[in-house]
Amino acid sequence: MSDATLTRQTAGDLAALLQAGEVSSVDVTQAHLDRIRDVDGAVHAFLHVSDAEALATARAVDARRATGERLHGLAGVPIAVKDIVVTKGQPTTAGSRILEGWVPPYDATLVERLRAAGLPILGKTNLDEFAMGSSTEHSGYGPTRNPWDLDRIPGGSGGGSAAAVAAYEAPLAIGTDTGGSIRQPAAVTGTVGVKPTYGGVSRYGLIALASSLDQAGPVSRTVLDSALLHEVIGGHDPRDSTSLPEPLPDVVRAAHHGDVAGLRVGVVRELTGDGYQSGVRASFEAAVALLAEAGAEIVDVSCPSFDYALAAYYLILPAEASSNLAKFDGMRFGLRVEPAEGPITAERVMAATRGAGFGDEAKRRIILGTYALSAGYYDAYYGSAQKVRTLIQRDFAAAFAKADVLVSPTAPTTAFRLGEKLADPLAMYLNDVATIPANLAGIPGMSLPSGLSDDGLPVGFQILAPARADDRLYRVGGVLEAALIERWGGPVLSAAPELEVTTR
Amino acid sequence: MTATTHDLLGYEDAIARFDPVIGLEVHVELGTRSKMFCPSGTEFGAEPNSLVSPVSLGLPGALPVVNRTAVEYAIRIGLALDCQIAQTCRFARKNYFYPDVPKNFQTSQYDEPIAYDGHLDVELDDGDVFRVEIERAHMEEDAGKNTHVGGRTGRIHGAEYSLVDYNRAGIPLVEIVTRPVVGTGERAPEVARAYVQSLRELFRTLGVSEARMERGNVRADVNVSLRPSPEAPLGTRTETKNVNSFRSVERAVRYEIRRQATILASGGSILQETRHWHEDSGTTSPGRVKSDAEDYRYFPEPDLVPISPSREWVEEIRAGLPERPGARRRRLQEDWGFTDAEMRDAVNAGAAELIEATVAAGAPPAAARKWWLGELLRTANARGVDLGGLGVTPAQIGQLQVLVDSGRINDKLARQVLEGVLAGEGDPEAVVLSRGLEVVSDDAALLEAVDAALASQPDVAEKIRSGRIQAAGAIVGAVMKATRGQADAARVRELVLERVGA
Amino acid sequence: MPTFSTDEVARVAALARIDLEPAELERLAGELEVIVHAVERVSEAVGDDTPATSHPIPLANVFREDVVEPSLPAQDALAAAPASEDGRFLVPQILGED
Repeated sequence: MSDATLTRQTAGDLAALLQAGEVSSVDVTQAHLDRIRDVDGAVHAFLHVSDAEALATARAVDARRATGERLHGLAGVPIAVKDIVVTKGQPTTAGSRILEGWVPPYDATLVERLRAAGLPILGKTNLDEFAMGSSTEHSGYGPTRNPWDLDRIPGGSGGGSAAAVAAYEAPLAIGTDTGGSIRQPAAVTGTVGVKPTYGGVSRYGLIALASSLDQAGPVSRTVLDSALLHEVIGGHDPRDSTSLPEPLPDVVRAAHHGDVAGLRVGVVRELTGDGYQSGVRASFEAAVALLAEAGAEIVDVSCPSFDYALAAYYLILPAEASSNLAKFDGMRFGLRVEPAEGPITAERVMAATRGAGFGDEAKRRIILGTYALSAGYYDAYYGSAQKVRTLIQRDFAAAFAKADVLVSPTAPTTAFRLGEKLADPLAMYLNDVATIPANLAGIPGMSLPSGLSDDGLPVGFQILAPARADDRLYRVGGVLEAALIERWGGPVLSAAPELEVTTR
Repeated sequence: MTATTHDLLGYEDAIARFDPVIGLEVHVELGTRSKMFCPSGTEFGAEPNSLVSPVSLGLPGALPVVNRTAVEYAIRIGLALDCQIAQTCRFARKNYFYPDVPKNFQTSQYDEPIAYDGHLDVELDDGDVFRVEIERAHMEEDAGKNTHVGGRTGRIHGAEYSLVDYNRAGIPLVEIVTRPVVGTGERAPEVARAYVQSLRELFRTLGVSEARMERGNVRADVNVSLRPSPEAPLGTRTETKNVNSFRSVERAVRYEIRRQATILASGGSILQETRHWHEDSGTTSPGRVKSDAEDYRYFPEPDLVPISPSREWVEEIRAGLPERPGARRRRLQEDWGFTDAEMRDAVNAGAAELIEATVAAGAPPAAARKWWLGELLRTANARGVDLGGLGVTPAQIGQLQVLVDSGRINDKLARQVLEGVLAGEGDPEAVVLSRGLEVVSDDAALLEAVDAALASQPDVAEKIRSGRIQAAGAIVGAVMKATRGQADAARVRELVLERVGA
Repeated sequence: MPTFSTDEVARVAALARIDLEPAELERLAGELEVIVHAVERVSEAVGDDTPATSHPIPLANVFREDVVEPSLPAQDALAAAPASEDGRFLVPQILGED
């Protein structure tokens, strides 16, 4: 099988080929490394490619398989990992210059699970610094570009993981989602991304942005592939106090379910309409119609407090981030910068290091969060934002009393041009308006492509389910995906232009 | 800027003019095997940075998980202080930048402590009991340790750089905060010292900490304020940090009372500030003024979930509490029939447990007290060790007393036996045998010595014969000398009188 | 309504231990003014009786047993340190005590 054929396979299909002995993991892994070499100069999805380690893992898997050992179903299928997840022995930067060259001495729990299952790790993907952003332009190492149009953003913060999957550089990737960082990049790159229920995937080893919002999840090209990966990384971890104790629902079976007859699908009034690009709205409505055709009952739901979600989010996130990012001070690891003049004291070196090492967006949010927590402001800002969180949970509870899942467009627009929103932080923040409520409430969400907008760019369709009911995302997502493939004669991603090969 | 004490108002003057109010914040390192939030070890004196994990080093991505035993110990302390145990409580983050705080925030309980509203009855030197009200006891984690290198003094100022060891970072602490302690009057320094001493004794009794002062297991922050009279509102307080011995606690309170009184008496006002204690000069000096020092930006720790100790668990812990020191002391004093002064001396000398064990080994309480607070205490003081460091066991003292009571040795011989035990010659029984110290109870041998003594002092023999029985003492003395003290003096006297026919 | 002067940004930046250039102070003052104005509306949405939610999925009493696991080797702990000496992290001189 040729490199090009191998990289176009889904993870599920690659797993089947590997299990049947028709291809080796070394071949599959090498094909993806070649693809990275060919296109990543233009896309810049990766900050670090770990060829040798990935091939070593692949060889080990092939050898074990040759002895007849029973391996994990995805053993040998390569994966890319967002560079905010710590990997022992591989550089981890969180997209920040302040961590340049840091090699963690330990693995995140989800990385341990990937290694235990035998997935070769191709490398670490680009992101907005510390996952703060919606375009990957806030990376300390240059932006990632959207494979659909290299002048456009791939979304953020997980633009690297989404672009890597969309550009066939990896069949699977790990993302993290604090306010939409898995789902919004999936939407603008025509891929699938899932934010599990908070606590569904261990946060141990994710460099924390906002601890009460962060959640890692799968990035892939198909709903089933996300389910397969979700199953590898999900489940209880005693090293994460917020990890859910109960077992993961059967997401793979749900992806195969194939039926939504009688399922109540709620359209969230506050997440459609004005403010959403017309082509996005049209694609969304067409997808809802497809679900109705498949037998789902479409209901209208209202969540009035969502109006305050963005404001609450941009207080809670900066507040928690200001504390989480305090450890980056040049004392124990990472960058150390001495002040240009004056005495060299620990305090001044910390301030100089943080001044030099953090980018604009990180500084903006740390200062905002420090302010929101500081004496005299806590109640009005952080305290009120936590109360808004309660209102949003109540809205979701009411909505889920009327509907089994909720749906909306994932993002208000398709991919915008690089630089278009950099000068206007608030306009950038608005990209997350539809994804943020799920993080505030801890519920699971998926984005999958619903087609193309009138500008020829992909549109994301968001499905939300109650906490711990992640399986419903896969059931509805699987049905919608199948209906769309039938209508289009192939996946949405096949409409993407071919990337020029420019060996990097 | 450090004041010398002779510039200050005398202590009696200060107390005559002002009413002191103190407050104490005592931190105790819990004796758990692993740290508060991660499985790193906690042993003292390990190689630097050899008891660390991604969590206690504050590495990116690491997450805390609460040590169940640390929570249990905190509840034990709370219950022993007669506190309420929270139905539910949380950890918060206390944000401040400092190189020994690896995350640049300390994970600590803030507005939701695990225990609150308690008290501790503290016994003072004269036996008076003073009740100290406890506001709260909360859990937190310790910081790492900085060693300052270079500079002239080795103290922080003037150091060229610091070396940080994170072995201590993350060791569980419980901080116990008093309400303002009022009504002590001139005894404020003594109450402060006795309170910290009582707490230390409590921690040991509860088995929650070795509570070794010299290792910094117990550390006190001392708040002092003055007001013109007990009716006046509380004055501005200072907080003197890290006062780490009983004596220093007493001295620091005393010094702050004099310092503040001197300022107030001259019309000045007290600055609310943190001060440092200087052991060598017995003074305090202001900490560096930092504009942001108090803005810790506390918020609930999102990486941890609330702790809601079930009432069953709390009651189970309560049922397992050992007898508290005060109650135990009253019970022992009653059993032993000691006076208040005797009991206090025994406790202050750290002899109560030793006496208890000696009694258990067969000695009457009064005899046990006599040995431990007499000969042994003198020896311990001379050697500069505490009683436990003498190498003498309560079982040995019990055996010694049994030898006396059975008449095999007398008091004088007993002292020689003890000498042998202290010199490491073995148990009392062995010393008696090896030194040949048994009382001579063979009348024939004694009569021989009596006759010899009478013969050498015929004038004394005559006096006795003529009815001056008290003169027999000289003969008894001579016999005792001749037998190197191994005779029973009473029996010798009987024999002397018998011989003379008096 | 709070106003984000450059002085206020400088005060908060000092609290957050971040050195900022004068131009950054100026720019951040303008940006934060807009952002704070947009987010401060949270206080109008809630009443005193609304409970605060700090954890999206409520859990309680998550403990680990008091069991020691092997330490990270000291050389691994120190490997990423900008400077170290005698098995310890070397940091610039520390002024004042907290």
